[in-house]
Amino acid sequence: MNAIETRQLRKVYPAPAVKKRRGAPAAPAAPPAGIVAIDALDLTVGEGEFFGVLGPNGAGKTTLIGILTTRVRITAGEAFVSGANVATESATVRRRIGVVPQRPNPDRSLSVLENLVFHATYFGIGRTEAARRGRELLERLGISDKMDAKVDQLSGGQQQRLMIARALTHEPRVIFLDEPTVGLDPQARLALWEILRELHEQGRTIVMSTHYMEEADQLCDRLAIIDQGRLLALDAPAALKAKAPGDTLVEVTFDGDASVAAEAARGMDGVSNAEARGPVLRVFSKRGGELIPALIDAGERHGRIVRDIHLSRPSLETLFIALTGRNLT
Amino acid sequence: MNGQSLDPVAPSRVFAAILLRDLTVARRELPYFLVRTALQPILFVIVFGYLLPKMGMIPRGYSTTMLPGVVALSLTLSAIQSVSLPMMQDFGFTKEIEDRLLSPVPMQLIAIEKVVAGVLQGIVAALFVLPVARLIMGPIPGLTFGNVPMLLAVTILGGAAFSTIGLYLGAGIAPQQIGLMFSVIVAPMIMFGCTYYPWAGLSHVPVMKWLVLINPLVYVSEGMRAALTPGVPHMPIVSILTALVLLTALFMALGLRAFDKRAMS
Repeated sequence: MNAIETRQLRKVYPAPAVKKRRGAPAAPAAPPAGIVAIDALDLTVGEGEFFGVLGPNGAGKTTLIGILTTRVRITAGEAFVSGANVATESATVRRRIGVVPQRPNPDRSLSVLENLVFHATYFGIGRTEAARRGRELLERLGISDKMDAKVDQLSGGQQQRLMIARALTHEPRVIFLDEPTVGLDPQARLALWEILRELHEQGRTIVMSTHYMEEADQLCDRLAIIDQGRLLALDAPAALKAKAPGDTLVEVTFDGDASVAAEAARGMDGVSNAEARGPVLRVFSKRGGELIPALIDAGERHGRIVRDIHLSRPSLETLFIALTGRNLT
Repeated sequence: MNGQSLDPVAPSRVFAAILLRDLTVARRELPYFLVRTALQPILFVIVFGYLLPKMGMIPRGYSTTMLPGVVALSLTLSAIQSVSLPMMQDFGFTKEIEDRLLSPVPMQLIAIEKVVAGVLQGIVAALFVLPVARLIMGPIPGLTFGNVPMLLAVTILGGAAFSTIGLYLGAGIAPQQIGLMFSVIVAPMIMFGCTYYPWAGLSHVPVMKWLVLINPLVYVSEGMRAALTPGVPHMPIVSILTALVLLTALFMALGLRAFDKRAMS
């Protein structure tokens, strides 16, 4: 049985209502188009896999996790978690998953330990057993000294750990983490990575969304790169990196439109692809840095002045840019 | 992996656990809770049930009319607030309710639990205000506790009607509009809720007598009159109970729909 399976999954949010101003001329009747957050998504995640969903802000990551955790209604298609249909068997799905939200949302009326104990009882676990598990998890996540503290006394990183502990109290089969390291300092982030690796080694299925390339690269067995709700690539990080254009990405930012320079760059030796996005010229080339003087020249001939130059070796980042024409952040 | 997470959980167990959470939190906040919900009725009792009669500006028998209204007010105010205020915050910004929305039961059960917790908190407030009011106003002619079935019915149905109204408001109103809710909905409801005067008294202003019937509080006040001071003229018991049942059903349906909309996008 697959941990997760989606078939032609689609989610359209209703378009935000536009208030009509009195006296304003009637707008042409636009079709009631919504915002497509997920589009024709087919995904399969195996049992025990550490699966990453990578994409820029607004790519549909949170919506996808929302659907799989039964909190977002599906517009079309189907999704199964641990064999249960998220739309028709949502309570069963919830029984089998643990969720770590993007922003910690602990129960602030309760202490740290109580957060875990009460949460466990919501899953039918007796209080004695719940307290035992709660203590053990706080110990494992290194916040047992805060057991009786109020949640507000925890730092951001500690609250995130509490969220992970909470997601684990009922022994879920699949753990979902929605951009768990956003807003954490580098140290707390590394500590969290350790915790996630450990969970993975214990054989749990982990689904994590992120917009940090490095995080996805370091932790995940397989990665789905999504943008604007569509699946662009799906493979192991190493395989994806191998698919990245085998060239160095040179980004030159001019003080004006870069399309004239792009035109010139396409004719240069060793350039596999060149395109302009506003003032930014992106060139994939085997010659890497050697090309820079020629690119500067190409711009200057048309009166453009260089503002910034950036070189990137083949990586998930350059693959992402090649796939979407956009930077990840 | 152990197969434990595949066992289904009895919804009643989850319901009890979530109710226990709300009651634990409510017990810790009891002093604030009582101040929030009982202070206003008690202040009214001090002025209209003690000071003004002392000054001779209000006839002494007025306490008989007023006591059931004050009990009704405490019950309904606390029921509506216990449900609506935390829910507005939860859905509005803290998102704390998420951990319960992720429990393995149909989501509507979480909303129903909130209503039950609201009824219980309403009963606590009413039980607190009743003796305090009696203490301030002195002996109240015509007060009886003999009519237990009616008292229970009005308390539970009145609490339920207002908890469901709280559910509807809590899930349907943005936290920025809390102030508006109190000035536009709650304040007029109190003034025209037959709390400080019997419904029969409105015969002097026939238009009002019919207009106030859209106010749910009227039925709880009159119900308390029928139960606690049956000597004071009150609405027929059948009308009172029917209205409370219908209001509960209506706002439960509206509230569940609003809750569903907020709980799932």
